[in-house]
Amino acid sequence: MAGKEKRPYVSMKGTKEGLTLHLDDTCAYDELLKQVDELLTTTTRDEEGPLVAVHVHVGNRYLTREQEERLRDVIRTKKHLIVHSIVSNVMTKQEALEWKKKNEIVSVAKIIRSGQVLHVDGDLLLIGDVNPGGTVIATGNIFILGALRGIAHAGYEGNRQAIIAASVMKPTQLRISDVMNRAPDYRSDEGNEMECAYIDEHDQIVVDRLQLLMHLRPNLTRLERSF
Amino acid sequence: MGEAIVITSGKGGVGKTTTTANLGTALALLGKRVCLVDTDIGLRNLDVIMGLENRIIYDLVDVVEGRCTIQKALVKDKRFEDRLYLLPAAQTSDKSAVTPEQMKQLIDDLRQDYDYILIDCPAGIEQGYKNAVAGADEAIVVTTPDISAVRDADRIIGLLEKEEHMKRPRLIINRIRSHMLKNHDMLDIDEIVMHLSIDLLGIIVDDEHVIKASNNGEPIVLDPNSKASLAYRNIARRLLGESVPLMSLDDEEQKGFFSKIKKLFSAR
Repeated sequence: MAGKEKRPYVSMKGTKEGLTLHLDDTCAYDELLKQVDELLTTTTRDEEGPLVAVHVHVGNRYLTREQEERLRDVIRTKKHLIVHSIVSNVMTKQEALEWKKKNEIVSVAKIIRSGQVLHVDGDLLLIGDVNPGGTVIATGNIFILGALRGIAHAGYEGNRQAIIAASVMKPTQLRISDVMNRAPDYRSDEGNEMECAYIDEHDQIVVDRLQLLMHLRPNLTRLERSF
Repeated sequence: MGEAIVITSGKGGVGKTTTTANLGTALALLGKRVCLVDTDIGLRNLDVIMGLENRIIYDLVDVVEGRCTIQKALVKDKRFEDRLYLLPAAQTSDKSAVTPEQMKQLIDDLRQDYDYILIDCPAGIEQGYKNAVAGADEAIVVTTPDISAVRDADRIIGLLEKEEHMKRPRLIINRIRSHMLKNHDMLDIDEIVMHLSIDLLGIIVDDEHVIKASNNGEPIVLDPNSKASLAYRNIARRLLGESVPLMSLDDEEQKGFFSKIKKLFSAR
C-alpha cells in the first residue's frame, strides 16, 4: 500500500484500546512521517464516527520535542484520530540521571539542627536526628533512624504515596505532598517509637505503627519492584 | 601558640560573660597566661564583671583601626601579676566597626603571648557572632536548662559545625537549680546533652553568690567556698585536659545522681 519499491516503515494494528502504530527506527524521519501520513490517509475515511486513540511506538529512536510535535500534527490532521501516547525505548542521559536521582535513596549522616534545611531529590535516609526548628524535605519518602522533632516534608513535588518513618516520631509538623498535620498541643511521653506517617483515604496524615507499611505501601519493597 | 576559645550561646542572658570571666580567672589561677577578649562592641560588660572598667583607656576598635598597639589596649588584672589580661570592647561604636578578617588577625597576634585567649561572644547570630568566631579554634556553648536557651544553642551549634577551622563545640549548662531538677520541673541534663549531642564540658549550679561577686567586680572563682566557683575551676581543669568528674548537684542525692552523671561523662 505504501511506496512501491520501498519496504514499509510503518505497521499498524488495531486493538481494544485503539490503533497502535509501530514505526521503523532506522529510516530517515521525514520519510517515516510521509509514510505515516500516506498510511493513515488510505486507511481512514472521512465519515463521522467515534474518536480513536492512537498509540505510537517509535522503537529505538529518540524524538526531540519538535519531531514529536510534527508526528502529532500528522496524526491530528486526520479526523477522529487522537494521539494517546508516544513511546520510545530510549531517553537522553540527562533524563535518565534525573530519573535515577528521583528514585534513589540518599543517605545523610547528620543532625539537622534548628534553622537548618536538608532538601534531597529521591528518598531520604537520615542517620541522625531532626531537632526542633530543623526541616527535612524529600521528593520521595523520608526515613529517619534517629528522632524526628522538627518538620519533615515528604513527596515534596506532589507524591501523595510518600511516607515518613522515624525511630522516634515527635515532629512539630508533618507534611506529605500538599497535606499538612501538626503535633497535638499536649505533650505525651508514651509511644512515638518506630512510627510512620502516611496519607489515608480521607486525605489526612495518619501516624501509625511502622509495621503497617508493608500492607499500606507494598511497593516500598524495592528489590521486588520491576522497572 | 595559644588556644583561642570562643564562648557563645545564641540566646542572651545565659551567662556567657560570667563564664568567660570565671573561666579566664580559673585558668590564671592554675598558672596559665590568659587574655580575655570582649567582642560585644557597643554593649560591653566583661570589664565590669572583672572590675576593670575604670582602667580602660583604649579598646578593641582602637587596636583594629590602628590608633594604638595591642599592648597599650590590654588591661592587666593586678590580682594575677602578669597572667590575666583583658582586651575591652568599644562602647561608642557598633558591631560593624570590625570585620571577621580583622578579628582573625587580632587573635593571631595575641596567640604569640598567651596560653589561652577567651573570646566573649555577643548574643545573636549576626555580625558580632561572625567576628567572635572568626579567630577561634574551639567553641564553648553555654546554655541554661530552658527550652528557649536549648533551642538557640542548637541553632548556634549548627552554625559552628559549618566552621571548618574549628574543633567540635563543647557544652556548659549554666544555672541549674537542683530542687527543680529533682521535681522534674526543669529539663534534665541527660536530656539536654542527648538533644544537642555534643560533649558536656561542665554544669554550674545556680548560685546567688555569682551575682553578688559579679556586682563587686570579683569573679566568683576567687571565692573558694562557693559551689559555682568549684564548678568553674573543674571546667578549667577539664580544658587543660584533666579528667574531673562532674560535681554532684545535691548532697542527699549524691550517690544515685552522681554515679549517673559520672557514667555519662566517662562514656564520651
